[in-house]
Amino acid sequence: MTELTTVEQILERKSHPVVRDATIAPTDDMHDRLLELEAKGEIILQRMTGDVVEFPTKYGRMKKIPIEHTWHHKSCGHCGHIPGYASSILWLHRQFNLDYVDPTDQTSCTGWNYYASGASNAVGQAAVMSRNFAAAYETGYFPMIHCGTSFGHYKEIREQLVHHKDLRDEVRRILDKMGKPLVIPEEIVHYSEWVYAMRDRFKERQLVDMSAITATVHPACHYYKIVAEDAIYDPEIYGGQRTAVVTALLEKLGVNVADYSTWFDCCGFGFRHVLVQRDFTRSYAVLRKIETMINEANPDLTVTHDTGCVTTLDKSQFAAKAHDRKVGVPVLSDAQVAALAMGAHPFRVVQFHWHSTDWRPFLEKLNIPWQKYWDEFQGDLDQIRAGTKSGITWQDADTPIKLQSI
Amino acid sequence: MPTTSENWNPGKAVDRHPEATYEEKERLFLEVKNDTRYEDFLYGCYECGICVSACPSARFYDFSPRVIAQAMAREDVERIYDIITEDIWNCAQCFSCVRCPRQNNPGGLVTILREVSLKNGLQESKDALQGYSRVIYKVMLKGNQVSPDMLQPDFFPDWGPWVQNFSQNMQVWRKAIPMDSIRGVTDAAWRTDRKTLLELYTIWFESGNMDIIKELDESLYDLLTDVMNEELEEG
Repeated sequence: MTELTTVEQILERKSHPVVRDATIAPTDDMHDRLLELEAKGEIILQRMTGDVVEFPTKYGRMKKIPIEHTWHHKSCGHCGHIPGYASSILWLHRQFNLDYVDPTDQTSCTGWNYYASGASNAVGQAAVMSRNFAAAYETGYFPMIHCGTSFGHYKEIREQLVHHKDLRDEVRRILDKMGKPLVIPEEIVHYSEWVYAMRDRFKERQLVDMSAITATVHPACHYYKIVAEDAIYDPEIYGGQRTAVVTALLEKLGVNVADYSTWFDCCGFGFRHVLVQRDFTRSYAVLRKIETMINEANPDLTVTHDTGCVTTLDKSQFAAKAHDRKVGVPVLSDAQVAALAMGAHPFRVVQFHWHSTDWRPFLEKLNIPWQKYWDEFQGDLDQIRAGTKSGITWQDADTPIKLQSI
Repeated sequence: MPTTSENWNPGKAVDRHPEATYEEKERLFLEVKNDTRYEDFLYGCYECGICVSACPSARFYDFSPRVIAQAMAREDVERIYDIITEDIWNCAQCFSCVRCPRQNNPGGLVTILREVSLKNGLQESKDALQGYSRVIYKVMLKGNQVSPDMLQPDFFPDWGPWVQNFSQNMQVWRKAIPMDSIRGVTDAAWRTDRKTLLELYTIWFESGNMDIIKELDESLYDLLTDVMNEELEEG
C-alpha cells in the first residue's frame, strides 16, 4: 500500500530550492531549431551585441538578456493609457547612459485585438511581428518588448514559425513585398527581465527608502503562462516555484513582499472584456485580486509587469466602492517602482496622474512630498498652455529629485 | 471518423441548434481542425479539471476549458457547435489553462474557434463584438489598439471622475511626457512613420485579414479599405 504524502512532507519538499535540468524539461525548447533554420538560410537570427547577462528560465535553460543597445518595442496600452510606465523604462536606461532606440518604425503587436476579437489570423499576426523585428534589425539594435502580451504572443508566434514551413513561406512572401527579410531575434526579451538583471545597479543608486512599504505582486499571465519555459525563474525567489521577475526587484529595493492566495489568478483584463464587457473585468479584479490582497496582506501597493494588469487592477477599483468592497490599493509597474526608488519625478517621469486609485498615501509613506512635485508639474502645464513651453523633454525629466541618499 | 449525433452524443440528446444542419456544423469543425495550429493545441484530455480550476471565466460564467478540450478530442461536432455559438466569447484569453498536464492549450483552441466563427459570419460573434468596431478601426489604421482620445467618460463611466479629468486635460497632459515618440500624440499611442503604416496595411490585405473584417462588419470593411487603398495608392 502506498504511503500517503502528508501536507508537512509536501511543505518540507517545497521549502528547498528547485534544481532545474533543461535536458529533462517537459516542454520542447526550440532555440536549436532556430540555429538550424539560420543555417539553411531560411531566417536571419539577430544576435545581441554589447553587455549581455544570462539567467535561468523555468526548466534551467540559460536566457541571455541584453543590457544595452536595445530597440524598444513599445506597448500601446502603456503609451496610450499609462505613459509613465514606458517613460520610466527609458528613464532607467538614461540614468545609466545605456544606448537605446525609441522607434517610430513600430506598430503594436496587435495581439490585444487578436485575443479580444479573433479578427486576424496566424499569417497576419506572424507578419506583424516579423515586420517589427525586421525594422529593429535594420537599426542594428536588439528588440526589447515592453508589453507582456506582445512578449507572450511573439513567443508563441516564434514557435509557430519554427514548426510550420507553410507559415514561414507565407510570411516571407508578404515581407518580400516590403523588401524585408524574415528576422527572428536569438531571444525574445521582456523589459521586466532587463529590470531583473539591473536590480543590483538600481539598488546602488536608490534614493528613496522603501522599507516601510508592503507590496503584493501580480505576475502577468502572458509573461509566464504562454510558452512557460521561456520565463525567468530563480531558486532564491519563491524557491523557484514562481517567476522571479518583479519580486526579486522589490526585495532588492527593501520592499516587504507579502503573499496572497490568488497570485496565480489573472487580473480580469480579458482583452475583449476590458473594452466592452467590464462587468467581468471589474468583478474579477476586485473580488479575486484586490480584495483578496487586502484581506490577506493589506498592501500599500501592488506591483505587476504588464500593460493590461496595471490598467485593470487600477481602474476597476472605483466602481467597487459603490458596493462597499475593500479597495484602495495603488497599482504600479516594476519599472515605475524602480524609477521612483532612484528619484524619478513622480509626475514628469512616473506620471502618477494617469493612475486612478489614490496613490497619495503611498507617496506619503515614502516621505515623498508629492504636493510639492505636483505644484512643480502644474507649473510645467501652465507654461505648455501658455505656449511658452512646447512640452516636457528628457532635459526636464532626467535629473532625479532632491532627496537624501539612503 | 468524426463522432456524429447518431453514434455518440452523451448528455446532449437535444439538438440545441437545429437552425444549423449537421453538415454545416461539421464543415465548421473541419475548418477548425485543419488550422495549422490545431495539432499544437490539442493532445487529448485527462479530464483532470486543472484547466478549469485556473480559469477566471469558469468562475464567472458557465464556461469550461475542459469541456472545450474534451469536445475537440472526441470530435463531438454538435457540442463544438454549441461552444462556438455560446461559449467562446467568455474566454479571457489569459492562458491560465495551459498548465494542462497534457500540454493542451484550450485558450488557443478558443482563438481558432473565434477566427472560424468570424470568417463564417456567425451572428453570435457579431453580437459579441458589438461596440468593438471602433477598436478594430483604430488598430488596423493606426497600428495601436488604444489611444488617449478613446478615454472618454461615455465609454469608461465606471472608471470614475478620473476619466472626465483626463479628457479635459488630454492635450496638455500628452505634451507633458518626456518620450519623443509619445509627446503630443492623442489619436494613437505613439507617433508611427507613414511608411510603417503602409506596410501594416499591406499585411492586412495580403494575409487575408481584410476578408475576416468583411464578414464581421461590411461597413467597417468599406471604410477601412477606402482609407487604406487611398494611402497605398499615394505610396
